[in-house]
Amino acid sequence: MLLIFLAIAAPAFFQPQPLLSLLTREAPTLVVACGMAFVIISRQIDISVGSQFAVCCVCAGLLAAKGWPMPMVFLAAISLGAIMGALNGWLVAGIRLPSIVVTLATMVMWREALRWKRQGEFVNLPDGMQWLGLSQVGGQWTLILVALVLLVVLAMATKHLSAGRFVYAVGTDAEAARLAGIRPQLTTFSVFVFMGALVGLAAMLNVVQSPQVDPKSGSGLELKVIAAAVVGGVAVSGGRGKLWGVFVGLLLLACISPALTHLHVEAYWEKAIQGAIILLAVVADGLRTRKQRS
Amino acid sequence: MRALKGVSFDLLAGEVHALLGENGAGKSTLIKVITGAHQPDGGSIEINGEQVAHLTPASAHKLGIACIYQQPALFPDLTVAENIGLRLEPSSPLKKVNWPARRTRATELLQRIGAEISPEAEVRSLSMPEQQLVEIACALGAGARIVIMDEPTASLTQKEQHLLFAVVKDLRANGVGVIYISHRLDEIFQLADRVTVLRDGESVGTHAIGARVCDPQQSKTTKNAMESPKAEFDSTSCGSESRAPEMNESSLIKLMVGREVSAIYPPSESEAGNVVLSLKHLGCSAGGVRDVSLEVRAGEVVGMAGLVGAGRTELARVLFGITPADSGEILLNGERVTINSAQEAVAHGIAYVPEDRRRHGVILEMPIAHNMTMAIHRRIFPGAWLRFGAEKQLALDFIHNLGVKAYGTEAPGGSLSGGNQQKVSLARWLATKPKLLILDEPTQGVDVGAKSEIHKIIRHLAKEGLAVLMISSDLPEVLGMSDRIAVMRGGTITAMLPGKSDAHEVMAAALGQKEGAE
Repeated sequence: MLLIFLAIAAPAFFQPQPLLSLLTREAPTLVVACGMAFVIISRQIDISVGSQFAVCCVCAGLLAAKGWPMPMVFLAAISLGAIMGALNGWLVAGIRLPSIVVTLATMVMWREALRWKRQGEFVNLPDGMQWLGLSQVGGQWTLILVALVLLVVLAMATKHLSAGRFVYAVGTDAEAARLAGIRPQLTTFSVFVFMGALVGLAAMLNVVQSPQVDPKSGSGLELKVIAAAVVGGVAVSGGRGKLWGVFVGLLLLACISPALTHLHVEAYWEKAIQGAIILLAVVADGLRTRKQRS
Repeated sequence: MRALKGVSFDLLAGEVHALLGENGAGKSTLIKVITGAHQPDGGSIEINGEQVAHLTPASAHKLGIACIYQQPALFPDLTVAENIGLRLEPSSPLKKVNWPARRTRATELLQRIGAEISPEAEVRSLSMPEQQLVEIACALGAGARIVIMDEPTASLTQKEQHLLFAVVKDLRANGVGVIYISHRLDEIFQLADRVTVLRDGESVGTHAIGARVCDPQQSKTTKNAMESPKAEFDSTSCGSESRAPEMNESSLIKLMVGREVSAIYPPSESEAGNVVLSLKHLGCSAGGVRDVSLEVRAGEVVGMAGLVGAGRTELARVLFGITPADSGEILLNGERVTINSAQEAVAHGIAYVPEDRRRHGVILEMPIAHNMTMAIHRRIFPGAWLRFGAEKQLALDFIHNLGVKAYGTEAPGGSLSGGNQQKVSLARWLATKPKLLILDEPTQGVDVGAKSEIHKIIRHLAKEGLAVLMISSDLPEVLGMSDRIAVMRGGTITAMLPGKSDAHEVMAAALGQKEGAE
């Protein structure tokens, strides 16, 4: 609906070039949003993804600058993300601490550690790193493709793998899942590790978009992906939601900013509108659940 | 389901009136009606001779009704004086607290009931009986005329019980009417003046106990709670009651049980085979289970009777590895095993259909096919890749065999009726091809038709050689279904009875009376 409205009100929005760069920018966000969907479906939350993202970006940049080959850098970033996810997962599933507190702590910890270590310094990347050594348009298409293929694969996996169903079961009722012979703690732990690995991959998709790595990258990312998931119909109460919905939710959120520009509304309104959309989605979900109960 | 059908109950000032009944007889509901938590849909309640039209928790409080629950509802991080103050002082967020007055009042109240508790002590540091005493102090301070005690001694030691009894006797001497709920008959005989027995939501009799005669002149509190318009107002006077025939323990138990076991239960057709499960002095301190020895044979239904809190569900959770045992032995088919998680239990061929099916048995949001395969992913989905065809076939088979009424395999669990949900929960566990099936309250909240279907299924499973351990608080069900009956009390098995036992015997064992007490 929003897209139709935009097509009429601001046809300039649909020119291929800005659209392509918009999608490229959102490719890493989509990857993280997929992971966040799993986390929320398992009735947890991870607000440390933005900081994990920054750490992965900078470390990948440093390794690349040292002359590591590209595939090794990818692998390293993904592993690093998975390790950070494992820390969250261990604290939440192993020690049974509330995920909001755990990830709040790791969020601040990683972000501040990075600031202290790097003092806000940018990392210069070696030649051939940007756009994976392809042309700009080629690189853009590659990144978008990677993100979309991942989305499709994950959406299929959710439906067709035991693991996917276990995540839903644990998110709906961990005790019921346990009585059915599933290991809720192991499931939760795995979800966090997977989240971290996806953050690592997303960081790589981000790093290759520019010649330098910004140590502040990924700030606000957690809000955006949680918003995308919630707007896309993933229930905050766990156990419900689909990755396709997350994709639509993210598209909607991503369109707000350029749409505002094209409609000549001041950009300050972006966050306010984002907030309003999230609120709307949560209220709608709340009303629906209440209706079901009564 | 009606919880109360026609209850006539009266309480006199200065008496201890015991309320007795099986699980689900309606005791808690009656208490909720008296404290204003539930509204009766028929009958009347009178307090001090005046009819009370609409009792709410607040107005019940004003009328001097106080209830002391098994688990005291105090704030653990506040002091005794603060807790008493919160209950008794008219509150307003900006009102200045008069600390010395609060402390003095707390001290006075605690002294009145002879409790040696410092008003400055944090409630967290108090023992359970001490917390109960604080609750009683609150009730006294509020000027309660009617004090309800719901199984107050369930967690008390012998010594603490005596202290509590002294306080109850003191309340009685001060003209307070006490409604005393307990499963311990010896207590009732020690303490109560009269006893009313509830059965299936009806009062089946009020009787005087012992030689105590209450003084009719003190009669100023009369209560009557009824939920059926046809029930007549009962205004029995105290004088005639106290001349009623004296009750002994055995006749009380008879009153509680009362029913005949109806012939609707399918007859046992199976022969008991090899011993599948054998427990030797099994204990689990975390689960409150101790020294349980039991054998269950293939093709046999062993019923497990006992009162709520006797440790039956806890024992099931030990066997299923949720709270692993810390003493004794578990033998499966003669081999000693340890079970430390639900996965290990499943691997050993144990299945557990849990008690609260809406919360733990069926995942309501999920299609019934998904629910049925939940415990067997590893077996029917090699490589973790779901095969929807196989899943659907399995679900269809179970829907057919167990007679599940649902519009299809994709129907969410929540769309089914209670009985059908129970069948789905059962199917999930039968799919694991168990050797031992533990059923926890398999027909709780299930309508009569589905109930007898489930009974037939259980019989059929036993006939096929499954060992079944059936926990049930439904006494006729235990009597009608079991080949043998294990009675639990206080976390251990206190009696093993044959299947054709008398309800009276089972109830006596569950209540801790010696067999043949008559």
